[in-house]
Amino acid sequence: MDIIISGLLLGGTYALIAMGLNLQYGVARIMNLANGEMLVLGGLAAFWLFVFAGIDPFFTLLLVAPVAFAGNWLIYRFLMAPLVRRSKNQGALDVDSILATFGLSFALVGIMVSVHGEYFTYSFLADPLSILGTTVAVNRLMAFIAAVCIAGALYCWLNLTYAGTAVRAVSVNAEAAGLVGINVAKISALAFALGGAVTAAGGTLISTFITLDASIGVVFTMKALIIIIMGGIGDIRGAIIAALILGLVETAVATLIDPGLTLVAAYVIFLLVLLLRPQGMFGRRTT
Amino acid sequence: MKAYNFTPLLLALILLMAAAVIPLFADGYWLSIAVTAMMYIALATSWALFSGPTHYISLATGAFFGVGGYLVGAGMSDYQISFWTMAAVAPLVATVLALLVGLATLRLSGVYFVIFTLGLAEMIRNLVSWVQNNFLGSRGLYVLTDFTDADIYWMLLTVAAVVFALGWWISRSRLGFALRIIGSDEQVAKHVGINTAWSKVILFMVTGYFAALVGAIVAPRYSYIEPNVVFSPELSFLVVIMALLGGIHRLWGPLIGVIPFTLIWEGITISFPNYTTLFLGLTFLLIVYFTPTGFAGLLEKLVKAVRQ
Amino acid sequence: MGRRTFMKRLMEGATALGIVSFLAASAIAGDTIKFGVVAHKTGPLAGGEAVTHTPNIEMWVKQVNARGGLNVDGGKKLIEIVEYDDKTNPGEHIKAVQRLATQDEVDFMLSPYGTGFNVAAAPIYAKYGFPLIAVSAITNKIEELSKRFPNMFFTLGNTTGFVEGVRDTLITMRDSGTIGNKIAMVNVADAFGIELADTARPILAEAGFEIVYDKSYPLGTPDISPVIKGAKAAKPDAFVAWSYPPDTFALTEQAIIEDLDVKVFYTAVATAFPAYSGKFGNKIEGNLGAGGVNPDTPAMQNYRKEHKELTGKVPDYWASATYYASLQILEQAIEAVGTVDRSATVDYIKNNSFDTVIGTISFDENNNSDRYWSVGQWRDGVFRAVADTGMGDSVPVVEKSGW
Repeated sequence: MDIIISGLLLGGTYALIAMGLNLQYGVARIMNLANGEMLVLGGLAAFWLFVFAGIDPFFTLLLVAPVAFAGNWLIYRFLMAPLVRRSKNQGALDVDSILATFGLSFALVGIMVSVHGEYFTYSFLADPLSILGTTVAVNRLMAFIAAVCIAGALYCWLNLTYAGTAVRAVSVNAEAAGLVGINVAKISALAFALGGAVTAAGGTLISTFITLDASIGVVFTMKALIIIIMGGIGDIRGAIIAALILGLVETAVATLIDPGLTLVAAYVIFLLVLLLRPQGMFGRRTT
Repeated sequence: MKAYNFTPLLLALILLMAAAVIPLFADGYWLSIAVTAMMYIALATSWALFSGPTHYISLATGAFFGVGGYLVGAGMSDYQISFWTMAAVAPLVATVLALLVGLATLRLSGVYFVIFTLGLAEMIRNLVSWVQNNFLGSRGLYVLTDFTDADIYWMLLTVAAVVFALGWWISRSRLGFALRIIGSDEQVAKHVGINTAWSKVILFMVTGYFAALVGAIVAPRYSYIEPNVVFSPELSFLVVIMALLGGIHRLWGPLIGVIPFTLIWEGITISFPNYTTLFLGLTFLLIVYFTPTGFAGLLEKLVKAVRQ
Repeated sequence: MGRRTFMKRLMEGATALGIVSFLAASAIAGDTIKFGVVAHKTGPLAGGEAVTHTPNIEMWVKQVNARGGLNVDGGKKLIEIVEYDDKTNPGEHIKAVQRLATQDEVDFMLSPYGTGFNVAAAPIYAKYGFPLIAVSAITNKIEELSKRFPNMFFTLGNTTGFVEGVRDTLITMRDSGTIGNKIAMVNVADAFGIELADTARPILAEAGFEIVYDKSYPLGTPDISPVIKGAKAAKPDAFVAWSYPPDTFALTEQAIIEDLDVKVFYTAVATAFPAYSGKFGNKIEGNLGAGGVNPDTPAMQNYRKEHKELTGKVPDYWASATYYASLQILEQAIEAVGTVDRSATVDYIKNNSFDTVIGTISFDENNNSDRYWSVGQWRDGVFRAVADTGMGDSVPVVEKSGW
């Protein structure tokens, strides 16, 4: 029971890390290596406002999400769109976006280090709560609930609204979507911005229980990449389910076998999924 | 068969000799830059041996490099085995690893392959740390030798030269022919009867071998081996970036990527000591936007402009 | 402007900037004494360096320059720091040290942060004769390293001493009847944690302790609750973690949440950081960690006051003071020699004792100063030393009673 509850909570944390990148790569087709830094920025904002102004991270969330949305929209418009325009195929865009976002990640790390070079950690809702006999931390639980809400909202938006359907169309086949009158460039920008906002919001939430610093973004980027590829590109359900599976597996291994093997087990599961289904769990077979 | 064109061979020999005498003239600082550049040249060129023809981007370089450095560290520190023995053994271990990985990844393509190799590298890092913790129980992996930077430079130069020679030989062999077809259209290659699977795996093993060899050679420079430093994902990304910037369709492509990149990196580190990472990032962005065809493209434009 | 021209201009600009900074640096060379530093401004070790090393350098330079500089060559020379960022990459670090030695031509170097970096830099420091007073370096190879690198000095002892401090504290607690024999021991799966755990197992077993939970966890584990739950289930009397900053924070938070009932709770690095008490407030009363100081000496009180005033930051309660002491040693040695002479300075450091913020320091035949506080305990907002090697001024350890 311990394992299931803690594992689900961890999965929720992972979902927060990965959902944004799923939108950015699945729809806007940008392999955003600066994803982790966006997450850390959200965390830095929460830390600063909490420690220096006493502002509740949940309130900071309301600030961070729109600012991150706007910031990422600008990043797409001025930094990514030119790359999309000049790429002849997805392979070339992958290469270009890897190079450009790698540079962007360096730039963001540099900025954050100038702002606050030490670790940022604070105590917020670090109280125990007992659920079905398992002790959990309230901050993790809140992050899980938020992850569920965000995932739910995203899923509804993607499936029940016109804009969301357009986004899904672009993720399936951008060319065909363009043919049916969807403004692919605008939708891509929207998806990229939304992805960035979700990631930054995730950062704000996880900063309540994970110690961050300016340089730790790369760890989260790698985790997010693993999750979205394991889940299959394009479908948000894939990312969420992959995240939950990883959370459960890691917690199970940590409890039953050896905490030292958690990440090994996570990667083994990842590798096994890809071996059995080379396009990821919910991915489409690439032609 | 047409007659051999000796010019490129002669050029290569001249460059090799020029490179070989650098330690005799360069002082500590320029030599340390040369060592870094030579390391990346060896890594990027051997990386491109696989990724050039197949168009698969592998981020496993860090894993193999780490295996090389780690085995040297562990062998020398915990079991008192000599550097030379470990430097010979480590790449073989890496090759076996590359064989397993190569076979496992045959069905993967595109970005799935890329991230698979990234995940793999991370898995190996964690596994090695765990094994060290639970079984090897080491007291610190110290690689204390009497090698100077010049010695390491010459070892790396030898490796780079071998990689170039190997690349040249492959391109003239049946394997190279097969790879070119695979690169253009894998379906056609299969139809023509080329064993695409084995070709890819063999090349991947070659990449793994050399990456580990470079890792082993560089270990004495680090003197203290920590898994989290020697299995670095940043290394994998940098190798890919330098190779791509130089162009991976020619054997000497990565070479043109590494040298300006290393010099620009150095220039930025010097000019902006307090904002190094920020300006490195901005420079990356500038490079991506203003050199869409990489440094090789830039070079070609320069050559064309000079000729006119 | 065409792309080619732009790139050409960019490279020219970068080179020009580089040249200008060389020139600028050498222009005032005559009036200053140059110290080189290669710092981790980004990367995994940046967080630690920003607390323990960087503010000390800033403070020291301000203090020395406020009184006119160092006494050399019959007059006073202001200190000039030339600093580069190595991004926590050993290859970059080596290049930067070479650059400082040969291009910037610094007179002296300050030691870097991290065992691996001190060891990697040692050969180059040795080649150019720079004294290397290692602080953030804990290694069991002090004898071998000082034989190879006769200019390298050690101030925070070796791995065995580090562990013995914890063992002695545990023995004291056991002898007083506060705890039994059962220890839960965890470590971060990184070189530091692995070495400490490996050293600790035989030492603790020999002292009659039983390790009832012995696990490692990867660096960067996001959820450390299985570790705490597992440790709790083993019903230990004491909890010892050879941990790094992120996991020190995580383990402590989880222990609070799980209400881990132990009378001894030890986490390694970062227990002494101001951020630790900043985050947990008085819940960490009685927590043990690496380091600790004697905060009552006038020198220490003055040090902590000036640190806050001159840099705006609070020092940590472990290596900060030791790093500052290493700067004091360098300063005193250079002034005693009277001129910029690296080998004379190295000899002076070898053969003399120094009056520093952590007391009198001198180095033995292995260039080791075996005087340091090894274990500290949080008591009323101050992290006091409860175990030491030769300092003699630790306070007795008390039990931890609840969170």
